[in-house]
Amino acid sequence: MKILVCISHVPDTTSKINFTENDTKFDSNGVQFVINPYDEFALTRAMWFKEKQGASVTVVNVGNASTEATLRKALAIGADDAIRVNAEATDGLAVAKELAEIVKNGSFNLVLTGKESIDYNGGMVPGMLATLLDYNFVNACIGLEIEGETATVSREIDGGKEVLASSLPLVVAGQKGLVEEKDLRIPNMRGIMMARKKPLTVAEPIGAAVSTETTSFEKPAAKSACKIVDADNVDELVNLLHNEAKVI
Amino acid sequence: MSVLVVAESSEGKLKKSTFEVVAYGKKVAEQLGTNMVVLAINANEPNQLYTYGAEKVLSVTNDALKTFNAKIYANVIQQAAEKESAAVVVVESNANGLYVAPMVAVSLNAGFASNVVALPSSTAPFTVKRKAFSSKGFNNTQITTDVKVIALAKNSYGLVEGEVAGTIEEFSPSVIESGVSSTSIEQTTGKITIADADIVVSGGRGLKGPENWGMVEELAEVLGAATACSKPVSDLGWRSHSEHVGQTGKPVASNLYIAIGISGAIQHLAGINSSKVKVVINTDPEAPFFKAADYGIVGDAFEVVPKLIEKLKNFKENNA
Ligand SMILES: Cc1cc2nc3c(=O)[nH]c(=O)nc-3n(C[C@H](O)[C@H](O)[C@H](O)COP(=O)(O)OP(=O)(O)OC[C@H]3O[C@@H](n4cnc5c(N)ncnc54)[C@H](O)[C@@H]3O)c2cc1C
Ligand SMILES: Nc1ncnc2c1ncn2[C@@H]1O[C@H](COP(=O)(O)O)[C@@H](O)[C@H]1O
Repeated sequence: MKILVCISHVPDTTSKINFTENDTKFDSNGVQFVINPYDEFALTRAMWFKEKQGASVTVVNVGNASTEATLRKALAIGADDAIRVNAEATDGLAVAKELAEIVKNGSFNLVLTGKESIDYNGGMVPGMLATLLDYNFVNACIGLEIEGETATVSREIDGGKEVLASSLPLVVAGQKGLVEEKDLRIPNMRGIMMARKKPLTVAEPIGAAVSTETTSFEKPAAKSACKIVDADNVDELVNLLHNEAKVI
Repeated sequence: MSVLVVAESSEGKLKKSTFEVVAYGKKVAEQLGTNMVVLAINANEPNQLYTYGAEKVLSVTNDALKTFNAKIYANVIQQAAEKESAAVVVVESNANGLYVAPMVAVSLNAGFASNVVALPSSTAPFTVKRKAFSSKGFNNTQITTDVKVIALAKNSYGLVEGEVAGTIEEFSPSVIESGVSSTSIEQTTGKITIADADIVVSGGRGLKGPENWGMVEELAEVLGAATACSKPVSDLGWRSHSEHVGQTGKPVASNLYIAIGISGAIQHLAGINSSKVKVVINTDPEAPFFKAADYGIVGDAFEVVPKLIEKLKNFKENNA
């Protein structure tokens, strides 16, 4: 099994979000970038397939040179090699087209991704990639087993879960459940040392055209202060929710 | 040209959240000076869509489409979009909508924007506002392709009514093969799901232990709400993982979110920020949740929640 794990490079979950240049650019000043949390689940599951079923694991990112630290982290966790497609990732469709090229060239038969990037929360790359490749696709995946050419995949649905059967090649967009959080891996010293020697290839992009363009950013409108209701006057809360907020 | 809206139903019943998407699609069609067409798959009462402005409903009845299959559904949507020369395809930003939309976008060679929260601010260029950074920001995105696919975030437009005299056209798309097939579906039946709920009642570590969840469930019951919890609560096994909300759990976009004994950590807030009205009950007036909430009570949940349940019961009796 040849596994490709798609890694997106995103601001850490605790980052304060700011914009610059008249709100047209994301301000990366002082922001710590990490492996997209959903992709960590995918990567950890890939490591399991490597260790138990002898799969090879390549990680890939479409992005500029600043993302290499994130790819090195994935190598330190245990991926065999890394590819960076040297293009700015601004549009889901263009990213998916670049990734499709990598999948074809490397004949990967299992592509693991996260269900969404927590920066732009597009949730679009995996489904687009699968469709471009004509691979099977399961979104919001919370469990994945593979026997030979057959995969058993669970996905989260509103209010429950669905179990699906699929053959390879397959694209899976994962989330918590794919592995448990306690099983997520943190790079250790040995992993970090080894990662330095692992290959990180820079691939030139095919230059896929973009289909969307972000023209500006906004922050949520400043919220009015919280109305404090006295703990001995719970009636007032019911009243406010009914008459003012009109939600009950 | 047209605007195609995909209506979602569950066991034949159109989902309430679908009506919001239809009402939104109607307005987008008006902005573009064109008509809206609604695609309804195995819906028992497609004429309900007239209330939200559907002049034309493409109604598909086919047993082969009984259970949702993303690839097959995406292909049916593509067929409908091509038949109606859709310039814009609108779906809901939920589990099934977000599963099919990227597939539809590729097959129509369309740009896609998810988590859209408002009507297009302009139609040429076609610009929509999207949630980003887990609701810590928004981006205004232009879709530059001829055909556009957008996914509307729940509770961002409203159930705007606008009754029309509509027509229903039977539509018989071809059904393709899919390499992915459903083997079982486990539904936590009878319960209101977090995704569908108008009201969500959520408990945190401040509730001390799973034995104290009775009052949370009772409050939810009185309000017709879904129950949820913070991450540590599900990590500790006090509640099931399916109730975990926040950045790494489920997103909540309800009308009302009540947080009991939850501190309001940034990762928790990231997932619930899209809820319209937020209420916090917490002993600590410095808890960060008070900065995010609309209403708050500084107090002990074990005293406040039982009182709240009682007051709400009275309220319901008086307003029945
Ligand atoms: C990468 C990452 C992702 C994360 N994702 C999520 C996520 O998706 N969702 C999530 O929830 N968290 C998430 N977290 C964890 C988050 O940072 C917080 O640790 C968590 O939300 C705290 O949960 P809590 O508010 O229930 O508990 P605590 O922080 O322990 O807060 C308990 C609160 O209860 C109050 N309290 C105590 N006793 C009472 C009482 N008798 N009555 C009323 N109030 C009382 C206290 O004052 C306190 O404010 C994530 C963290 C990381 C690092
Ligand atoms: N620039 C990128 N490079 C590599 N993988 C990506 C990139 N952007 C998104 N992905 C993958 O696609 C998933 C969904 O991302 P998105 O569609 O951006 O929400 C992520 O979890 C990654 O696995």
